[in-house]
Amino acid sequence: MSDTADTKQMAYIAAQAADARVNLEIETEGMTLNIGPQHPATHGTLRIVVRLDGEQVISAEPLMGYMHRGYEKLTEVRTYPQVTTLVNRIDWLGSFANEVPFILAAEQLMEVEAPPRAQWIRTALFEMSRIANVVLFLGDMGVQLGAVTPVFFAFRDREFILNQIEAVTGGRFHPNFDRIGGLKDDLPKGWIDETRGVLKRIRNFCDEIETLVVGNEIFQSRTRNIGVIPADIGLSYGLSGANIRSSGVDWDIRRDGGVGLVHNELDWKVWTHPDGDSFARFWVRLQEVRESCTMIEQILDGIPSGPVMAKVPRIIKVPAGEAYVETENPLGIMGYYVISKGDLTPFRVKIRSASFNNVSITPWLLKGVYVPDVISILASLYFILGDIDR
Amino acid sequence: MIQLSSPEETNEEEVEIPKRDDIREDLISKLKNDLGESLVATEVVAEVDVWVRVTKEAWLETAQVLLNRHNMKYFNFLSAIDWLPSPFGRDMDAQVDQPEPVTPEEMTWGTTGGETRFQLLARVHDLENHLGISLKVDLEDTDLSIESWSSIYPGADWHEREVSEMFGITFLNHPNPVKLYLPGDFEGYPMRKDFALLARRIKPWPGIVDVEDMPGEESEEDEVDA
Amino acid sequence: MSVVLADLAYWQETTIRLLVGLIAVLLPAGTLVYLFLFKMMSFMQSRLGPMEAGPYGSLQLLAEVGKFLQKEDIVPKAADRLIFKLAPFVVLISTFLLILVIPAGPDLWFIDVDTGIFLGLAVSSISVIGILMAGWASSSKYSLLGALRATGQLIAYELPMVLAVVGVIIQAGTLNVQEIVMAQATGEIFGFGGIGNPYVITQFVGFLIFLIAVQAELTQPPFDMPVAESELVTGYLTEYSGLRFLMFFIGEFATAAIFSALAATLFLGGWYVPGLEATDNLFNVIGPIVLLGKMLLVAFFIFWFRFTYPRFREDQLQQLAWKVLIPLSLVNIVITGVLKVVF
Repeated sequence: MSDTADTKQMAYIAAQAADARVNLEIETEGMTLNIGPQHPATHGTLRIVVRLDGEQVISAEPLMGYMHRGYEKLTEVRTYPQVTTLVNRIDWLGSFANEVPFILAAEQLMEVEAPPRAQWIRTALFEMSRIANVVLFLGDMGVQLGAVTPVFFAFRDREFILNQIEAVTGGRFHPNFDRIGGLKDDLPKGWIDETRGVLKRIRNFCDEIETLVVGNEIFQSRTRNIGVIPADIGLSYGLSGANIRSSGVDWDIRRDGGVGLVHNELDWKVWTHPDGDSFARFWVRLQEVRESCTMIEQILDGIPSGPVMAKVPRIIKVPAGEAYVETENPLGIMGYYVISKGDLTPFRVKIRSASFNNVSITPWLLKGVYVPDVISILASLYFILGDIDR
Repeated sequence: MIQLSSPEETNEEEVEIPKRDDIREDLISKLKNDLGESLVATEVVAEVDVWVRVTKEAWLETAQVLLNRHNMKYFNFLSAIDWLPSPFGRDMDAQVDQPEPVTPEEMTWGTTGGETRFQLLARVHDLENHLGISLKVDLEDTDLSIESWSSIYPGADWHEREVSEMFGITFLNHPNPVKLYLPGDFEGYPMRKDFALLARRIKPWPGIVDVEDMPGEESEEDEVDA
Repeated sequence: MSVVLADLAYWQETTIRLLVGLIAVLLPAGTLVYLFLFKMMSFMQSRLGPMEAGPYGSLQLLAEVGKFLQKEDIVPKAADRLIFKLAPFVVLISTFLLILVIPAGPDLWFIDVDTGIFLGLAVSSISVIGILMAGWASSSKYSLLGALRATGQLIAYELPMVLAVVGVIIQAGTLNVQEIVMAQATGEIFGFGGIGNPYVITQFVGFLIFLIAVQAELTQPPFDMPVAESELVTGYLTEYSGLRFLMFFIGEFATAAIFSALAATLFLGGWYVPGLEATDNLFNVIGPIVLLGKMLLVAFFIFWFRFTYPRFREDQLQQLAWKVLIPLSLVNIVITGVLKVVF
């Protein structure tokens, strides 16, 4: 072996070592960014730990439990009528809708059916809580993308719907109005006419949002082709509500196999969108608010007369059995699996909340997107933290 | 004690019963074909729902069969049931001031029966026929572990994590078996019946007032409210 | 000012300049905050805005300043204290230096340099350093991300801004801001000199590019990625509180005012209104008011966009700068140059 070859070899090794050292020194390890639990964009206390490479997300892991209230455990020590107080607080923006499936499940076990008038009023309130919920989303989506104005319109017009809910139930956010076998009370005088006026306002609001937000080029460029969920992936993650309908799945519990509510007697349409991106989710929700207005208008016209309460015992004991009832809530499918042993209290209640499944797709969905899109995707998935943590 | 709101509706229901039953009975018979011995028990409530209980070994296979052969593409939820009667009796109920009923010492099971204290409960949907099916599986106390569904239904991931921390059931081959809600060092399994709801142990729930007898009235548990 | 200050001692002159400078920075900034941020934004969002402090909430601003002054000046434990504390001043310095080049009347200016506009655009970039200092020293990831976004954005939009101004410079044939105003006042559009030649007409493309670039320089929606409050909390401002936050806040709105004034000067004829001789001494009195009015007009557009639009994503924002605005402004320069030679 010659000297020169030796030197060359040594030089090569030295160069390699130097390269390695430089690589080590300038290696960009990525950054862990902790979005939440206290962050303006997480609607409460969701915490998402994202690994970033520059502004690109390598992995995202949502951490929940900051608001877990143990409702499934608590239902085991509450009597059936008391449970509605709890479940009201799961999705606090559309709280009446939370009571409905639980009450329906209990009614199914007791083989009681609410009188027709109660069912119609239930459906009206159910759709009104959807409006109260989704209207806020329509405004909030703008805020998440940096446009502050729409949310004020949303709060302004939601107020009218809340007033109408309050006029019937006495509660703006937590009505606790649904009873096993019917409703607590009938509608107040003059409510139907007032509600017609309110629905006009909501329709105006939808038009306003359509021109202000949907038509905006920046909004479109921020949401089109962002966070695309293919239908089969969405189904296997159990996404529901507008999130799955915006992926082109034409499935709505209200139309397909819903029990206890009168949606099938109304003339309305299930909106879907083929794209499955953030824009589609926004658009589908916007159309659903309009569709809810249509439904409520028809209910106001066709509401039958009669009692609002079936005959049920004063102290409710639910016969032993198991029932699962789900409804198409504002956020998606909400179901209660109620197991009764013939007691005053349920033996076990499994609360299947929409947001839990909807958010469980985020680790898959957020891979490879930019930080700003994390926010727009989360906003468009639309979850309420109480609905995740329960 | 149960009264139906109107007799006509009952008749309508009876007329409709056979129509939808076919779909559900059909599903059961097909499942029997596919799963054979693994299918322990089934139950169909006409027009309402269908339950199936399978053996633990067939849990993963059941999911595959449902997804691939029965078009059950939609994963709804996965949870567990602890059938143990609460060892704390009624003192945790909202009804402390009611006469103590006889607490059944032995376990009783619900739909499709059961043999063990813990049962896993899952639900998947067929969107085209608007058909949901509830699945149950028994888990022996000595071996609280079962194959994870997350390879078939990715959505089962979080549900299994929740069940795992709340009931202490281990899921094999789970991609990320860490706690979901609870802090990492939390001890105990809160949703088990023998996990005391401490707040209730210390102080009865004030909501008890709601079900107290009205002043001057006798206990009227069976009286029907008009 | 040069006339008034001719016979004063150096310290007297300096004091007066300082006071006038403070007023020139703070008064328009306060006007913008009250008129647009408090009132216009509120009306656009169907609410009233502040109504309690003073008539129609006009003293709200003082109340806000008082509130900020009372607050604790918190420095994060892991922060680089010196740089953290210094950063707001650097941002403010940029604002104060920028006001120097804007004339408010035929004889009202702070400095009259031949490369005025060049100086102005140069000092406006100093704020980037302040923002980067703030973001880095805060030892917060949100701040750091915000500061880096701000730096990338400000550098990207500096370019179309300068290029948009080049059109004006070619047309006026001077870098001196006062002379640019004079050129607009005495100029004529294709032989018609009735309203002078405000460059907003002949340099309309340049004006639009300048406004967009100003919007981005001010990190206002739709270009507010650096502070994007729904993502980065408030970006580089996240860790600031009390007085130092107030300084950033003043810096933001004072810069908005001064850039608006600069746009008014370069494109709307500055302190000049048609109908009077440009050298009329009257302009030394009404000039500042005219300039304020024009500034408010420009600021109105800036804030209108601010309250209406959602924000761009960082890459979209860079694309707009490099792929649209810069080529457009280059084309604008070429056309301006050709026309300048032809006519």
